[in-house]
Amino acid sequence: MKRPCLLVGALALLLITAATPAAAQDVLVIGSKKFTESVVLGEIALALATDAGAEATHLRELGGSRVLFNALRDGEIHVYPDYTGTLALELLAQDTGGRTVDDVVLRGLLATRGIRMTRPLGFNNTYALGMRETRARELNISTVSDLVRYPGLNFGFSNEFMDRADGWPALRSHYGLPQTGVVGMDHDLAYRALESAGIDVMDLYTTDAEITYYRLRALQDDKNYFPEYHAVFLYREELDQQFPAFVHRLNTLTGTITQDQMVLMNARVKIDRVSESIVAADFLQLDSAVQQENFSQRLRRTTLAHLTLTGISLGLAILIAIPLGVFAARRPHFGHLVLGTVAIVQTIPALAMFVFMIPLLGIGAPPAIAALLLYSLLPIVRNTYAGLHDIPVELQESAEALGLPPSAKLRLVELPLATRSILAGIKTSAVINVGTATLGALIGAGGYGQPILTGIRLDDMGLILEGAVPAAILALLVQGAFSLLERWVLPRGLRLGQAGA
Amino acid sequence: MFVLEQVSMSFQDQACIRGVDLSIPAGTTTVLIGPSGCGKSTLLKLMLGLLYPDAGSVRFADQTVQPDNARALRQRMGYVIQEGGLFPHLTARENITLMARFLGWPGDVQVARVHGLRTLTDFPANALDRYPAELSGGQRQRVSLMRALMLNPDVLLLDEPLGALDPMIRRDLQNELKDVFEQLNKTVVLVTHDLGEAAWFADSIVLMRDGEIAQRGSLEDLVTSPANRFVEQFVNAQRQPEGFGA
Repeated sequence: MKRPCLLVGALALLLITAATPAAAQDVLVIGSKKFTESVVLGEIALALATDAGAEATHLRELGGSRVLFNALRDGEIHVYPDYTGTLALELLAQDTGGRTVDDVVLRGLLATRGIRMTRPLGFNNTYALGMRETRARELNISTVSDLVRYPGLNFGFSNEFMDRADGWPALRSHYGLPQTGVVGMDHDLAYRALESAGIDVMDLYTTDAEITYYRLRALQDDKNYFPEYHAVFLYREELDQQFPAFVHRLNTLTGTITQDQMVLMNARVKIDRVSESIVAADFLQLDSAVQQENFSQRLRRTTLAHLTLTGISLGLAILIAIPLGVFAARRPHFGHLVLGTVAIVQTIPALAMFVFMIPLLGIGAPPAIAALLLYSLLPIVRNTYAGLHDIPVELQESAEALGLPPSAKLRLVELPLATRSILAGIKTSAVINVGTATLGALIGAGGYGQPILTGIRLDDMGLILEGAVPAAILALLVQGAFSLLERWVLPRGLRLGQAGA
Repeated sequence: MFVLEQVSMSFQDQACIRGVDLSIPAGTTTVLIGPSGCGKSTLLKLMLGLLYPDAGSVRFADQTVQPDNARALRQRMGYVIQEGGLFPHLTARENITLMARFLGWPGDVQVARVHGLRTLTDFPANALDRYPAELSGGQRQRVSLMRALMLNPDVLLLDEPLGALDPMIRRDLQNELKDVFEQLNKTVVLVTHDLGEAAWFADSIVLMRDGEIAQRGSLEDLVTSPANRFVEQFVNAQRQPEGFGA
């Protein structure tokens, strides 16, 4: 009884340590946000780092701006790509008053947080108005000001752009646009409407992959209405000492990535389905630094990561939950408190639970394991409690009448009698755990959630299934394994039915 | 062996015991009888130290039964209940030897003891490795009796040991059980609601009502000189349907 517990504990510690390369000092950790352009830039940084002889890893699709920025500030990651506009208007808004500021000011604000910023990489990924290339040439329109000459054009904007104070209403007055045929519509539908000439102008991001795919022209913002979102890399200041060669290479990127090049790279990933690392290597004219994974290698990696998350969290949950359940059954007053607390934990939405862990444990496997652990407690605690509580009173009395001390009574009589209930609790936890662990990818823990997340980003059903199907199969396997385990662990006398005694 | 002095105990929803004085001499068989809820099973649990009195004292072998010594004293008592109280996850043999194994008895001593008990209770050897669910009602009671006797206790406390058995088997087991009691010459306290069974086993019958002892004596005492109207009614009520006097 005791030895397996120790073993599981030791194994858990080992795996937690192994699962957190981010903690290692000599590995350069690159992060990226969960959209294609950010991942491509992350891969570019990775290729540069590898080429500069650094040991580096890329945590892809970690989350939104705030998650990445905080991770960088806390040293969880060492470098990631962001945009000047995002920094000024969002991340450092408290200091900038939510206004665009120049790079010198940004650098000063970042320096107080131990963060450095490269000079702009070249392209500006901001809002723009777009038209079909053919139509724009026909009407000879290349700037937003040119639109004033054609009051009859139909505009179709995303609902967000229609409503934002700095969206359509302000744009209209800034340029004095006369058009009245303006409708709000879904962004993806707007591309189709543009293609079928249902509308003439839509809003887009200046580096959208669709710009090449649909042969669009992004109109020049000649009166500087849209804020500038110049791409930059942010990195921790200690990299200057730790990885000087890498920082040097990173700074050579300055001004090298043009708008057209970025659109093309986004399109190769999103539309041609080329992997980000190949696109990055091609841009740098390097051999792809990262060996391309084939399907089975990728499956092996995500499976291992998923099993690690599930295995450790479930193992630890069992070690914690069974004693809690025993305690709850022994001391009814505290028992209600324990059961109530664990039940409340369960009501926290899974997504929120994962995000709550970030400030406590950072990003990667440890916070995911902690969240899954908390999530796995309730079924085991409750079933341990119920299993012990439901032992018939005459069996309790018989055990007591024999003169067995409480610990022996628990070990020899009560826990064996509660086996079925406890196992059922563990099984429930395991199945929930396997499914919930897919959310781990959101905070950089990998697993089957990773292909799902990437699949959603690239609108690639195949990739989504590559995560979803194994996750479902794993859940079924876990269920089956526990049914077998029950046969093996459940005392034979209990399998004969509840008759007797 | 047992001396109860002014024992009182009250529950929220169970039978009370009100000021019971009772002495049970070593080597005798005493039967506690009475209608349901009269407190006879509660009295047995007080003797075992599964419950403790609110007032008065329960003494076993000159020691007061208290929380600090109850577990040690219980190892000198054997307890058999109506449905046997066997642990369903253990075989008959494992049920019988559970406590001996816990106390670290050597294997050969355990085997010899089980063999002796099996012969005493006429229990088939091949049934020892079956689980309770695979045994008949009578066999389960035999296993329960063996478990109670395993540590060779000074006293046997039996709470309706034959209550769940059908009449034919019950009659056989009554005979066997009486043989066992006579062979072992132990102090026995047996709870039943059946006057015939009480008369069959008892050196002394204790008739209880509402947590008090209504009368103590032989069957003949109860029949010929009932202490009060309740005793008379209880005896008469059982006389008709059962054709008592087994």
